Amino acid sequence: MESIATREAFGKALLELGHENNDVVVVGGDLNVSTFAHLFGHEFPDRFFDFGPAEQNIMSVAAGLASCGKIAVATTFAVFGTGRPFDQIRMQIAQPHANVKIVCSHAGLTVGEDGSSAQSIEDIGLMCTLPGFNVIIPSDGPEAAQAIKTAIETPGPFYIRTSRASSPIIHDKNYKFELGKAEVLHNGNDATILACGIMVSAALEAKDNLLKSGIDCSVINLSNLSPLDTETILNQANKTGAFVTAEEHYIRGGLNSLVSQLITSNHPIPIESVALTSYGESGESSELLEKYNLTAASIENAVQKVMQRKV
Amino acid sequence: MRNNNNQNVDLKKVSSDLRRDILMMITNVNSGHAGGSLSELEILITLYNSILNIDPQNPSDKKRDRFVLSKGHASPGMYAVLSHRGFFPRSDLGGFRKLGSHLQGHTHIGTPGVEMSAGSLGQGLSFGVGMALAEKIDKLKYNTFVLLGDGECEEGQIWEAAMSASHYNLSKLTAIVDRNKIQNDRFTDEVSSLEPLGNKWSSFGWSVIKCNGHNTKSLESSFKKAISDTTKPTVIIADTVKGKGVSFMENNPGFHGKAPTVEQLIAALHELKFSKKSVLEAGKQMNISDSLLSKISENY
Repeated sequence: MESIATREAFGKALLELGHENNDVVVVGGDLNVSTFAHLFGHEFPDRFFDFGPAEQNIMSVAAGLASCGKIAVATTFAVFGTGRPFDQIRMQIAQPHANVKIVCSHAGLTVGEDGSSAQSIEDIGLMCTLPGFNVIIPSDGPEAAQAIKTAIETPGPFYIRTSRASSPIIHDKNYKFELGKAEVLHNGNDATILACGIMVSAALEAKDNLLKSGIDCSVINLSNLSPLDTETILNQANKTGAFVTAEEHYIRGGLNSLVSQLITSNHPIPIESVALTSYGESGESSELLEKYNLTAASIENAVQKVMQRKV
Repeated sequence: MRNNNNQNVDLKKVSSDLRRDILMMITNVNSGHAGGSLSELEILITLYNSILNIDPQNPSDKKRDRFVLSKGHASPGMYAVLSHRGFFPRSDLGGFRKLGSHLQGHTHIGTPGVEMSAGSLGQGLSFGVGMALAEKIDKLKYNTFVLLGDGECEEGQIWEAAMSASHYNLSKLTAIVDRNKIQNDRFTDEVSSLEPLGNKWSSFGWSVIKCNGHNTKSLESSFKKAISDTTKPTVIIADTVKGKGVSFMENNPGFHGKAPTVEQLIAALHELKFSKKSVLEAGKQMNISDSLLSKISENY
C-alpha cells in the first residue's frame, strides 16, 4: 500500500494553494522543513515569515495579517502550536473568528524518539474547547491535502493536525473531503469503530481481521472533530448499538470525550476506548504504538469487549 | 481615501470633556479602568485628531491607518475618543459594560473602529507586526500604531514582537508606551523594574522617542518624527500620569481598576470645572442611568 506523511501532503498542497491564491500567507517557527511549510517559503518568500520558536508571536501576527484580509496559515509542531500560544489563539483567533489556519505537525506519540515533551497528546482537547473552531485530523495524505484546501476556501479559524510518520493512503483519487462530515468507510451491523488520524488505517485493518471471525463492524473516519457530524454518529449508534473510539491522543478531551458526550445525551450505548492513558516516552514510533496499545489488535480487543456489553 | 484629520478642534476642551465622559461611564456601571484611561487620553486624542488617516464613515477602508489598543482594559478612554470622532453615537457610551451593548469591558472588534480584541496583555504589538507585514505585501502605505501599557512591557511576548519588527524592518510600525508608572497592584518599579526602558527598545533595534504624554503638541511632533523614520520601527515612550486630571486619582494605584464612587465622581467633575447643568446634559446624551443622574442632581 502506498504511503505518505500527512505533513508532507499538506506542504505540497499549500504550495499549490499559494499559486492559486495571492492572499495566502504563511508564518512558521523555525521548524519549516519538518512541517513542509518550506516548500511554500522557497516559492513565495514575500508571503512567508519565520519568527523562530516564538509561538505566541506567531499566532498574534497571524491574527494581525488576517485582520488585513490575508489568509494566514500558522505552522509549527502540535506541542508548540497549541499549548504555548493557547491564550493568543483564544483571544485573537477564536473569539474574533479570525481567518487563521493553524496546521500543526508531529502530533501524538509517533514523534517517536524525541520523547514525551514533544509528544502532543492534549492538543485535540485544547482546540476542541474553542467555540467556533473547525478541528480536522486527516487520516491520510489525500485527506490532508483536501482539508487545507477547504480551510483556505472557508472563512474562519481552523486547526489541522498532521503526523510525522508516513501512513497508508486509504483514499483513492475520486475522494472528496467534506467539511463537518463523518466519513463512513464501511457499514457493518455489530459495532462501530470511530477513529481519526493514523488510527483510521488501524481501524480498517481491525475491521478486516474481525470479519474473518464473523464480526462486521462499521468504520467511521471521524476526521472532523469540531463541529461533529451528530447525524451520522447517532445513526451508527442506532444501527450497531456499540462503539469503539480510536485516537492517538490522551483519553480525555479528544475523540472519545466528544463522542461520549454526544452519546450520553442522545442515545446511550456502550463505548470502549483505544487511546492513551498516560504520557509516552522515547522510542521508535512502531514500538511506542505497540507498547501504548494504539494498534489494530487493541481495536479488535475493544470491539470484542464492547459487544459483550451490548444489551 | 481622504485624510480625515480633525485639526480645527480645541484639543484642550476635548481632553476635558472626554475626562468627564470617561468618569461618568465608569461610575455608571461601578466598574472599569479609570487610571489608565486618563493617562492615555492625550495620546489617543492626538492620534485620532491629528495623525491617523481614518474615515469614521468607512472604518474598514483598506488604506486606513491602523491603531491597536493593546492595553484593552483602558477601553473607556478608547470608547470616548471613538465616539468623539463619530465611529458610533455618543448615546452608546452609557451602555459600557452593560448586557447587550457593543461596548465590552475590554475592547472588542464588535465596536466600530476597534481593530483588535484585547484584554489579555502583551498581544497587541505582535498583531501590529502582522498588520505592518500585510502593508509590506500590499504596499498600501498605511501606518500602524500600537499603544502599550508600561506594566504590559513585563509580558515576554512584547519582546518577541519587538525583535521581529526590527528583523523585518517594519519602519511603518510605531509603538507607544503609556509610561504612567503604575500597574494593577503597585508602582511598576516595585513589581519589576522596567528601566532603562528606552535602552531596552533601542537594543532591540528600535528608534526611541521620549515625550510628555499629556502635551498634544509634543505628542504630535513625536508621531510625525516616527512616521518620517523609514529605517526602523519607532517606540514613543510617553511620560504620563495615571489618573491624570483628578487630584485624588493621580499617581494612585487604587484607581487602576476601581470605579470612583458617586461622591468621588462629583468631586472630580467639580475639579474639572463642569457645571451641574453641563454634567446632567452630557449624562443624558450618553444615556447614563437615571439613578446616577438623579444622585448627581441632588448632590452636585
